[in-house]
Amino acid sequence: MDNKRKYVIPGDVVTTGPFRPEQNVILEGEKIISTTIGISEIYEDSVRVIPLTGKYIPKINDLVIGKVISHTSLSWELDINSCYVGFLPAQDVFGRDFSAHADELSSKLKTGDLVAARIANFDRTRDPLVTISDRDLGAIDSGDLVKISPSKVPRLIGKRGSMIQMIEMATNAAVTIGQNGWVVVSCETPEGLLKAKKAIEMINAKAHVANLTDQVKEMLEIKDDES
Amino acid sequence: MGGRDATMVLLDENGIRCDGRKVDETRRIMIKAGGLKNADGSAYIEFGDNKILVGVFGPRDVHPKHMSNTDTGILRVRYHMEPFSVGERKNPAPSRREIEISKVIKEALEPAVMLEKFPRTAVDVFIEVLQADGGTRCAALTAASVALADAGIPMRDMVAAVAAGKVADTVILDVNNEEDQAGQADMPIGYMPSLDKITLLQLDGVLTPEEYKKCVDVGVKGCKVVYELQKKALKDKYFGNGGD
Repeated sequence: MDNKRKYVIPGDVVTTGPFRPEQNVILEGEKIISTTIGISEIYEDSVRVIPLTGKYIPKINDLVIGKVISHTSLSWELDINSCYVGFLPAQDVFGRDFSAHADELSSKLKTGDLVAARIANFDRTRDPLVTISDRDLGAIDSGDLVKISPSKVPRLIGKRGSMIQMIEMATNAAVTIGQNGWVVVSCETPEGLLKAKKAIEMINAKAHVANLTDQVKEMLEIKDDES
Repeated sequence: MGGRDATMVLLDENGIRCDGRKVDETRRIMIKAGGLKNADGSAYIEFGDNKILVGVFGPRDVHPKHMSNTDTGILRVRYHMEPFSVGERKNPAPSRREIEISKVIKEALEPAVMLEKFPRTAVDVFIEVLQADGGTRCAALTAASVALADAGIPMRDMVAAVAAGKVADTVILDVNNEEDQAGQADMPIGYMPSLDKITLLQLDGVLTPEEYKKCVDVGVKGCKVVYELQKKALKDKYFGNGGD
């Protein structure tokens, strides 16, 4: 177990041998080299590095929170906190019978609106194609946007969603986490909203701390006793 | 090379240099990763009396748009010296020398940075020399590499750099300002330690083939020392004291 997880920086040799390089690692001859600062994990046949820093790079099927930047007569452009803009075609919202002169795009989504979307396609040659035609996707009309570092999203979710479930249970808030580091928190009570936001910001600031779950629990539960 | 100062002893009979170092010793080096809030990644380095701050942005949209490349990302580097970084006020406008060093540092970083992962984007590196004392290009390259790692830009390896040189017919490591002015040769070397590859090699002066080989060897050894400090700087920031 000891040599399974390791802190690495670019250029560090994670391991040697017949492993499949997965995330943030490259194969250089026999050696598997990390390309980013992070924590290396060695599985039975594959190796990957969980990054601790860096921008969001779109991945197909990721749930992201986007903000509408602008629209043409055929599509919207979403800021998805990445180096590329999300491309949302009008057909996706209006359906197959969309016509550019009959339908007005701003009637559905206006500039500045927040949208929960899924990355439908991305191959780096074109901007990522996003879709909102699925359950739980579409315009977000209530809640507060919290921006965290995209590399800390896995920490916020926790193992099998344990961290985020804990926050939701303790505060009664509904939290939508975009893989791009944008999080929407909505709650019926202002106290719960404040508490949930504080917990998320705490995770963002202390993502590298080992017993973070306990610290967050402590912070949430102290307030629980008061109310 | 520049004019000689007859009163200065560059290397005494005990093998001690003008600032008290041994021939194969670097100056005091301190590297700090991070520090700038608004940049995506940053680093600060003190390399002897050199003080350099580096900020990195990106990958981000390319402006002007025509510079973007559909096959790969682009790297843009600006090396700039503050007016107060040298004895006599330096004109803040980019000089011929600064433009050259920007280009040289860019080309020394390019083999390490995996730009092909981000087509149509740019990674911008801004290097500000706050205080200069010889060997700024090496110190700047070292710091730029730490700042790029701090920004989370995928890299094949870190780039560490240090200069080797020849003073009083002896090959030395880490040339300072006096040795650069009065010495016989100056050879900045950029090196990727894990891949064992050289990304920057310049030479100002005359060396025999033997001296040249020795200079490269001494320089690469020096780069490995610098690399350990880069590593420490990043581990201090990201893993705290528990980093192993």
